[in-house]
Amino acid sequence: MSLDRLATVDGDRTDLDDTSAARAALTRRTSARAASHVLRAGGLLLALGALALTALLSLAVGAKAIPPEVVWDALWRFDDSYDHNVVLGLRVPRTVLGVAVGAALGLAGALMQALVRNPLADPGLLGVNMGATTAVVAAVYLFGLTGVGAYVWFSFGGAAAAAAFVYFLGSRGRTGATPVRLALAGTAVSAVLLGLTNGVVLFHDFVFEEIRFWQVGSLAGRGVEVLVPVAPFLVVGALVAVTLGRSLNAVALGEDLAAALGARIGRIRLRTAAAVVLLCGAATAAAGPIAFVGLAVPHAARLLTGPDQRWLLPYSAVLGAVLLVASDTLGRVVLPTGELEVGIITALVGAPVFVALVRRTRMVRP
Amino acid sequence: MTAAPLRSVRLGPVAFRLRPRVLAVCLALGSLVAAALAVCLVVGDYPVPLPAALAALTGRGERLDVFFVREVRLPRALTAALVGAALGMAGAVFQSLSRNPLGSPDIIGFTAGASTGAVLTILVFGGGMLPTALGAMLGGVGTAVLVYLLALRRGVQGYRLVLVGIGISAMLGAVTHYLITRAELTDALTAQVWLVGTLNAREWSHVAAVGAGSAVLFPVLLRLGARLRLMEMGDDTARALGVSPQRTQTLALVAASALTGVAIAVSRPIAFVALAAPQLARRLTRADGTTLVASALMGAALLLCSDLVALRLLAPVQLPVGVVTTVVGGTYLVWLLYAEWRSGRA
Repeated sequence: MSLDRLATVDGDRTDLDDTSAARAALTRRTSARAASHVLRAGGLLLALGALALTALLSLAVGAKAIPPEVVWDALWRFDDSYDHNVVLGLRVPRTVLGVAVGAALGLAGALMQALVRNPLADPGLLGVNMGATTAVVAAVYLFGLTGVGAYVWFSFGGAAAAAAFVYFLGSRGRTGATPVRLALAGTAVSAVLLGLTNGVVLFHDFVFEEIRFWQVGSLAGRGVEVLVPVAPFLVVGALVAVTLGRSLNAVALGEDLAAALGARIGRIRLRTAAAVVLLCGAATAAAGPIAFVGLAVPHAARLLTGPDQRWLLPYSAVLGAVLLVASDTLGRVVLPTGELEVGIITALVGAPVFVALVRRTRMVRP
Repeated sequence: MTAAPLRSVRLGPVAFRLRPRVLAVCLALGSLVAAALAVCLVVGDYPVPLPAALAALTGRGERLDVFFVREVRLPRALTAALVGAALGMAGAVFQSLSRNPLGSPDIIGFTAGASTGAVLTILVFGGGMLPTALGAMLGGVGTAVLVYLLALRRGVQGYRLVLVGIGISAMLGAVTHYLITRAELTDALTAQVWLVGTLNAREWSHVAAVGAGSAVLFPVLLRLGARLRLMEMGDDTARALGVSPQRTQTLALVAASALTGVAIAVSRPIAFVALAAPQLARRLTRADGTTLVASALMGAALLLCSDLVALRLLAPVQLPVGVVTTVVGGTYLVWLLYAEWRSGRA
């Protein structure tokens, strides 16, 4: 952040002796640091406010528009009317799911980009998305399962298995899981799985019919029954993630420097990868492979926070949730009949904003 | 990875640098391509023995032999080799320009644009072969130009290009997904089949198209090769060494995009070759920079072998080659990464 740079020692102040100059510089530097932290904390509060607003909007808007005051009553003074049942029974679970999935994807994206230090990295790079898709294809093809609730566990299992294999492959050798090797291993494994699923899907209509809706990513008709099984994984993943900020800051300095500062690179990488799998695997199991959120949100967040992971992680989580819930809400009203899947809207709405951001600003590399 | 040893060779007044390992790998890949071409001519539901196949190439031998070898198998095999080489080389250029091992022609949005164009033509206009190919080309070129213009701001910065490409590709991917979820099942399946590259029923016209494109663009890119390697050391270093980064970058981008465009027009988007071939070539040659020739040969070998598998694995059912390239190329890359670990080079 440019604020840090204000704090460099002025060269032309020679009237003070060295000690007091150094002390003054230190004071100025610390206060600038503190100011920038206050600024970023304020920004985070603003983002949380935006999230609350988006969530309320998501409760009010839909096939049947419900006035805000009725929504409010439904939340605090439930009276079993039709509107109240819609809000509490359908929209609250869906919104909660949206917040959870969006936050998980944003967080997982930031972690992934820090882990492989590559701006092209999305959380699916560990093989999570393709692992989940392959498992769902297998569930449909071999066991004839249909419906989202039926393949939550398949999807999570596939995601975890693929990611474990990618990490195993990428972390072999003396140097351990270097960024390039992890990225390549993830790409290779995802490609093999993509080929296998394509091979099945192209020759079996009924699998294609089922999978073409799943693979877009949607929150429609999903609520408690998919949220409950994945919630523990999301919580554990998020808890692991929030403890990683300082360690990832050290890793960003480069392996040698980080090791010299006492960071245990191997363990940090393993914990980061585990958090990505828990968060992204659970989110994918709940809502299907939603592209773009995990990829773009950390870039946008980095514009606001700079490269400090301690701020980047919470910002990414909140902004991811805002993007997903807002997109889901928009998807309900944009078509005259029916809904547009959230996975489509996130990309259609998010991408132009993302491109504009990229054009306007000097990007900060992860 | 340790760099391959470098040797200076002097022949009379001419001196040049030679990397023995790179040369050996190129020769090996070249013979693999030749062998795969020969196998492509021989095997099939109507097997032709190798001597007869070679005779048939010159037009002698049984009529059926000549027909199968010259009209069916040779064009298909040549298309595979040329498309593979084009994708391999384009991929190497994009990875060098973006200085990113995950870089590929996809990042400039060409593939996403072509897919959206094709799916749109199939689903909205009920397109046949020609309109679909046209739609794909329009979509691809349009998207590439759009991405380039959006990234253009006092010169194209590699990093910004990559990010703009991601954004635009994501949008187009969403449009494609939307069209596929809203279409009738049969139409959606046709579109899905289009999205997976194939080499089935390629004819001499296809060979001519991709051959002409390669004949023009290969030399352009090969001439740029040395400058691309210098640019990998950083724009400032390259400038100090007498390379103009902006001009080189623009020229390489245009040439590599055009090469990808030709390849996609002929064979639809064949996944993964452009991404995997340069990485495989680099790991085999242990070169410290981009090796365009090795990448192109690797692409050709990869696509030819994948096509053989696609043809023969489930014969008489023909798999689309795009399914096989991902499985074959991906497995090979997995194995190579694994082998790197075992030999302790990683």
